[in-house]
Amino acid sequence: MSSNAITVPGAQIDEKPWVDTLHEWVTTVDHKRLGVLYIGYALLLLVVAGIEALIIRIQLMYPHNDFVSPQVFNRMFTMHGTTMIFFVAMPILFGFANYLVPLMIGARDMAFPRLNAFSFWLSALGGLFLYFSLVGANGLYGAGNAPDVGWWAYAPLTARAFSPGHSSDYWTLSLLASGFGSIGTAINIVATVLCMRCPGMKLSRMPLLVWLNLVMSGMVLITITPLSAAQIMLLVDRYLGGHFFDAQAGGSAVLWMHFFWIFGHPEVYVLIIPCFAFMSEIIPVFSRKPIFGYPVMVAATVCIGFVSMSVWAHHMFTVGMNSYANSFFTITTMAVGVPTGIKIFNWLGTMWGGRIQFKTPMLFSIGFLFQFLMAGLTGVMLACAPFDWQLGSSYFVVAHFHYVIVGGILFALFAAFYYWYPKITGRMLSEALGKWHFWLFLIGFHLTFDLMHIPGLLGMPRRIYTYEPGRGWDTLNLLITAGAFIQAIGTVLFVANLVISYCNGKKAGNDPWDAWTLEWSTNSPPPPYNFASIPVVASRRPLWDLKHPEDPDSRYE
Amino acid sequence: MSAIANPFPQAPAAWKLPDRGKVAMAGLIIAESAIFTIFVVAYLFYVGKSLTGPTPREVLETPIFYTICLLSSSLTIHFAARSLARDRVGAFLGLWVLTIVLGGTFMYGTAQEWHRLIYEHGLTISTNLFGTTYYSLVGLHAFHVTAGLLMLSMVAIFALVGRVGVQQSRRVEVVSMYWHFVDAVWVVVFTVVYVVGR
Amino acid sequence: MQALRSTNSFARGPLAVLLSVIWQASAVVGAVPPALSPTNIFASESTPAKSIAHLSVFVFVITGIIFVVVFTLLVYSIIKFRGRAGDAGREPAQVYGSTQIELAWTIIPILIVVVLFLATARVIHAIQDASQPPSAIEVTAIGHQYWWEFRYPKLGIVTANEMHIPVSDPENPTPTFLTLLSADTDHSFWIPELAGKTDLIPNHPNRMWMDPHRTGIFLGQCAQYCGVQHAKMLLRVSVDSPEDFAAWVRSQQRPAVQDESVAAGRRVFESTACINCHAVARTNANGRFGPDLTHLMSRATIASGAAPNTPEKLRLWIQDPNKIKPGSLMPAMQLSDTDLDAVVSYMETLR
Repeated sequence: MSSNAITVPGAQIDEKPWVDTLHEWVTTVDHKRLGVLYIGYALLLLVVAGIEALIIRIQLMYPHNDFVSPQVFNRMFTMHGTTMIFFVAMPILFGFANYLVPLMIGARDMAFPRLNAFSFWLSALGGLFLYFSLVGANGLYGAGNAPDVGWWAYAPLTARAFSPGHSSDYWTLSLLASGFGSIGTAINIVATVLCMRCPGMKLSRMPLLVWLNLVMSGMVLITITPLSAAQIMLLVDRYLGGHFFDAQAGGSAVLWMHFFWIFGHPEVYVLIIPCFAFMSEIIPVFSRKPIFGYPVMVAATVCIGFVSMSVWAHHMFTVGMNSYANSFFTITTMAVGVPTGIKIFNWLGTMWGGRIQFKTPMLFSIGFLFQFLMAGLTGVMLACAPFDWQLGSSYFVVAHFHYVIVGGILFALFAAFYYWYPKITGRMLSEALGKWHFWLFLIGFHLTFDLMHIPGLLGMPRRIYTYEPGRGWDTLNLLITAGAFIQAIGTVLFVANLVISYCNGKKAGNDPWDAWTLEWSTNSPPPPYNFASIPVVASRRPLWDLKHPEDPDSRYE
Repeated sequence: MSAIANPFPQAPAAWKLPDRGKVAMAGLIIAESAIFTIFVVAYLFYVGKSLTGPTPREVLETPIFYTICLLSSSLTIHFAARSLARDRVGAFLGLWVLTIVLGGTFMYGTAQEWHRLIYEHGLTISTNLFGTTYYSLVGLHAFHVTAGLLMLSMVAIFALVGRVGVQQSRRVEVVSMYWHFVDAVWVVVFTVVYVVGR
Repeated sequence: MQALRSTNSFARGPLAVLLSVIWQASAVVGAVPPALSPTNIFASESTPAKSIAHLSVFVFVITGIIFVVVFTLLVYSIIKFRGRAGDAGREPAQVYGSTQIELAWTIIPILIVVVLFLATARVIHAIQDASQPPSAIEVTAIGHQYWWEFRYPKLGIVTANEMHIPVSDPENPTPTFLTLLSADTDHSFWIPELAGKTDLIPNHPNRMWMDPHRTGIFLGQCAQYCGVQHAKMLLRVSVDSPEDFAAWVRSQQRPAVQDESVAAGRRVFESTACINCHAVARTNANGRFGPDLTHLMSRATIASGAAPNTPEKLRLWIQDPNKIKPGSLMPAMQLSDTDLDAVVSYMETLR
């Protein structure tokens, strides 16, 4: 290394050829590194899908715009939806689960580290397939390019007759690959949670994040596979001459819809439940009180898991089901809103009587609460089938689900980033940049998605590359696009914060937030083995017990 | 500090958690059951809806013998796993190979049936709705049987060179769970295709 | 709501009155059409649209009340329970939960869901299970990529993209009942001011109805992504007085105009590939892939609303449809200028 007589041994130990570091990361089976890989991958694709959204919004800024052709526009909304759901939201949530679950249950790693790595790389391969379509999907009429069938890929639009070329096949293959990756991770999480908890951690003492990821993983097992099955059927139709969705042979386009939405609806609960988990960890710490009503929070989540499997056809209210079916799905959809709404009350109850600290994670959590409330209520409106007959497939629905996904899921994710970044990297994220990020993003979000409800009410359907003037949609669309750009700036600030704080952030120490779950008892970042010795716990908040031996939680169990 | 240096709570006297191999296999079985459910639903939905071509009643012959083979293989694998748990490796190996033979016979039966359907009756996956749903469902099951046979064969190879003993009995049980699942699925597929769907 | 009040046995009198008031008020609010847009779901002019608007306002009010209550509680808790400078090191009372409160906030939402469901189920049945009176006009709508085919089986009319239906007098209703079919992919028929949308799915006929209460033009468009030109599959419904409707029917039932001065254009039309896709009644042209052109000039727009029906636009459309609707399934016909002018002249006579 150096020929200096006086050297600092510690500094030299860290220097390692970058190839070695790369190799370590590529071959890792450590849940923490895989978690970071998942999250990094998702952030990259968040930027890509965000650009796709900006392209959509620029095209829709005013009527009869020609920023992009209709073909390109249709690819943009297909790719934006597919990327965001499968290659941003799923990986980022699995990434956090991977990182946090073993730490929170006092384990050294997941149950199956190699399966963990395999699942990550399989999911990443799925993303590669999807974007490879831009290059490789050559077919008839130059119809080879990114898929343009919408992220639900309704039959018969995906039949060979209407989607020549291979773009739909890349969509199918990419989701098959990532679907199997998701199942692998879900199996891993279930096995980890059930079989690797440290002594004393009964199921009733697990942190809510662990409980909710357990429920989410259980749901993944039965909800991703219907999509895989439907996609296999689609491949049979496209390549083996099958007739699953072939109207000419008596097949049914509606069957695809049923299969897709049996996946598609529980999938959105799969996405939101880990975000409930983040809220249930963060809000108590920044309110300085335990979560209000732990048993009901668990029960409500399990309830959501079951009931959400019975609501899928509320995406199909307009396909002509009879009035009894429509009524059934109306009542089940409204019913699933009850345990979901209860959670908002529990978080409110947690904050009530507390001493709220408005650090950045809490700011995003409070944003989540308001926005999820509103999103849930527009969901209740859409649950009414007749309301949906007017507003289904309109911008009202687009506004509703973006309210949940951006206003709910993304805000919860931002909160999780600001909360656990210190643990993962050993550095605090900048509070100043964090506040700028929060306020800019909040303003942009509300400008875009509050207003977006209105064109829906005024008759604007979704998935249109342009629209007629004089329908009352023009100014609204312009303002919505402006909001999108403001959110983009906020996101840039966020990414900048991640990078800058990694180098210059304040050192975090083990427990910068004075929190109570096991991950805060070990170093930041944790050593590869997580804990020097496996902890033993006697309550839901083991660190509270240690910090407050005069009034431990274990006394009240 | 890197750990809870002073474990203030006492470790519980007994801390027994389920075996992770079995939990993981149960998870896989649940996921696979969901895939099969969708194919079964599609099959049932399309019963009687083909616009042309041979109907189930005209061409299907109930594979009683091959079904008995497959279902017996569940018995043989159960006893094989039990023998291994009791360190009776010889019995284990014999029963295990018998399981593979029975499973292989079932696959032969499927192949024979498909050959007859394709060449004598002209029923392929693209003929009509019945063809599409039949070959997909039975084919998906056959694919899972094949995967199972591969796994069983690998275990057999390891056993033949003497590497499988009582310490591996837990893992062998996990493999046998998968095999039981494959057999259970056949019960459902058999009922749907050869009984209900005629 | 009246039934609710008289049949319940527990003391919900005041609450039932409140719900009743909200229900009645919703009807009033939902009926005021703000002139914001010709496709405003609250500017409803037909029974299905009106009952949906009415229900929507009712649901808005209920969910609005929930929003205001929870919003207020959230704001209050953020302000009242914010941490102050002197708090460091002191933790608030560690409350784990409260069974009574949790029970209350479980039961109340369940009751709200029951009320909303009952109101909704009534509207679902009223709209979906309405019986078709003998005086109804029957229209079959067939969705194509990217145009609408309308047939009136009892009247022997075939037309495209623009529908005429009679206004329906509540005393003597003459609603229009549509059968919805598709020739290719999924589409959806949506005229917000007249009814909720219903999908057109191949091999899956659907039914819907509307009974417009005033004459006028009502706009809408396809609401289920059907391919590249989904955005320009517009709808235009003309609700006519009974006399105007009868006149329209008669004009549509007439055979195609035979004008000798455009014989050249007609020859071009019938000897090139036009007749593979298009039909002009009682001529050689019998194609069904594209819109029926027998009475093309009775329509205000062409290309399913993508352009106004003027000679210039018609000429541009026939010359190269991709200039108006890129990705449309009509190919550019590669006609010479003379032939193009001739065909346009011929089209202009098809009133």
